[in-house]
Amino acid sequence: MEEKKLLEIKDLSVTYKVEDGIVYAVNDLNLVVHNKETLGFVGETGAGKTTTAMAIMRLIPSPPGEITKGQIIFDGEDLLQKSQRQMRSILGQDISMIFQDPMTSLNPAMTVGDQIVEMLLLHKSVNKKQAWEEACQMLELVGIKRERAKDYPHQFSGGMKQRVVIAIALACSPKLIIADEPTTALDVTIQAQVMDLMRDLKHKLGTSMILITHDLGIVAEICDKVAIMYAGGVVEYASKEKLYNEPAHPYTKGLFNSIPKLDVDEEWLEEIDGLPPEPTEVIPGCAFSPRCSKCMEICKQKKPGITYLDDDHYVRCFLYEKQAEGGAAE
Amino acid sequence: MLKYIGKRLLYLILVLLGVSFIVFTLLYISPGNPAKIILGEAATPEALAALEEQLGLNDPFLVRYFNYLKGIVFELDLGTSYNTGRAVLDEILAVFPNTVTLAASAIVIAVMVGVTLGIISAVKQYSIIDNLVMVFALIGTSVPIFWLGIMMIVLFSVKLHLLPPSGYGTFAQMIMPAVALGLQSTAMIARMTRSSMLEVIRMDYVKTARAKGQKEIVVIMKHVFRNALIPIITVVGLQFGQLLGGAMLTEMVFSIPGLGRLIIDSISMRDYPVVQGGVLFVATCFSLVNLVVDLLYAVVDPKITKS
Repeated sequence: MEEKKLLEIKDLSVTYKVEDGIVYAVNDLNLVVHNKETLGFVGETGAGKTTTAMAIMRLIPSPPGEITKGQIIFDGEDLLQKSQRQMRSILGQDISMIFQDPMTSLNPAMTVGDQIVEMLLLHKSVNKKQAWEEACQMLELVGIKRERAKDYPHQFSGGMKQRVVIAIALACSPKLIIADEPTTALDVTIQAQVMDLMRDLKHKLGTSMILITHDLGIVAEICDKVAIMYAGGVVEYASKEKLYNEPAHPYTKGLFNSIPKLDVDEEWLEEIDGLPPEPTEVIPGCAFSPRCSKCMEICKQKKPGITYLDDDHYVRCFLYEKQAEGGAAE
Repeated sequence: MLKYIGKRLLYLILVLLGVSFIVFTLLYISPGNPAKIILGEAATPEALAALEEQLGLNDPFLVRYFNYLKGIVFELDLGTSYNTGRAVLDEILAVFPNTVTLAASAIVIAVMVGVTLGIISAVKQYSIIDNLVMVFALIGTSVPIFWLGIMMIVLFSVKLHLLPPSGYGTFAQMIMPAVALGLQSTAMIARMTRSSMLEVIRMDYVKTARAKGQKEIVVIMKHVFRNALIPIITVVGLQFGQLLGGAMLTEMVFSIPGLGRLIIDSISMRDYPVVQGGVLFVATCFSLVNLVVDLLYAVVDPKITKS
């Protein structure tokens, strides 16, 4: 695999102003996506996954949202320094997005063909007729007959709509696709079809992908790297194999423990005690410390830094920081 | 599509039947003997009896109603005015163009201003502009037209001598009535546009459009406004229908010889056939405008015709 960095997020923080304070949606987030790689972005609802995605696309509604610090380096350039106009030519062309709910992510008053054409006309120097032809080809690529280009979204089923959404996202062969829980709203059988389709097309077109999900099964199936998110930050980042075989962060371990085991007859599923912090809360120490079974004094006072356990495996946890410094194992 | 139109037309006929029945009944039970109105208080009982017989006033209610309907359907005959002796339809058609011109100017102003304000308001939700527009809309919906009309006359005609206070015919004479009449509709349309846009503006497909790298103005017009249209068209249609029939106050204040004034004058003169015909005519216009609105739905929303 070619290990060239396509996207690197450094110390990204995003806040939202709300009536009763400031929501710290993303805090000091660090992330790398290499070329042709699929990164799984895992975390609970409200962990800041979608906000991060919207930040990459610079589509955070402002106000109330604001990117307060950090860098988002895409293809060697910091997206946060780009003008709106420059961003518009990057969106769709280099970075495109697949939203969670195909029922609502297509414009109900436009034919699906026209919605693909819109994308092509924005970024490619083609006329309308060529764009329509390309749109039909895109539909065929995602397994929809070209005659259906003239149909409206309500004439498609959920799975078919998500195929159309994928066709739109891939129309300009972007370098990076951000898929925000692309299968959550679909039936299980359709989920598998759509996932397979996405994986095939990704290989065919050589795109990188950020796959936002809370389904560890999907991650195991198609991701190369995984970032585990908790309360607005990445607590652990590793290759899929490392993460599944040697999870390091107590939260990651807790997540894997909570997956039901087929070979054990369990009455209760393992759970992580407590709830994620309120996003308006300012926690001086590690955000996970109130729920962590291995919590130490220092965890409540200071935020843990990044500790590299391996070249492609980092964790934000004092357990490992100490280990790395003093060599004194837990 | 044909089935859709056919269904709408059927509804239209049913509505008009209902309206004609209600209007006819109301006037039937209202006090006052038409024969007396025509002949005056000094008429002899014999003359009254003869005229009552001639007008069919002694027939049972339903017979009279069906005779009335028959006249409308087969001869386009809405009756004869007691007052002038002319056919009601002629009376109506003589003044109706004035009302149409007034209503059309008012609705054009209302749509242009109302939709623009509504879009700006929605895009800049909670901003100062948004708040100002909403205050304007609140005032616009609550100010009575006759008061506004009189105030405008006082300011622009009496004090500033800019516009003629009343009458009909010239462009200058149309400005104040059209603005006064259109204000309420402007406010309603602005509100409806704003709320309808806000409902759409957070939809995922709007995000999809932005994620395509589309310009914000195109996102707003092509993806948001287009999908917010149905409630806006509905309110515009209702407002226009109302303006056609409800310009009465404006017509009175600015002395415009229109349909509203004809109906009011006829009520005070107990000229029942003109009142009946006038109301029925207004109801027909209202229903026709709504028919057009229904047909526009089908153009705007592919779900209506395609499924």
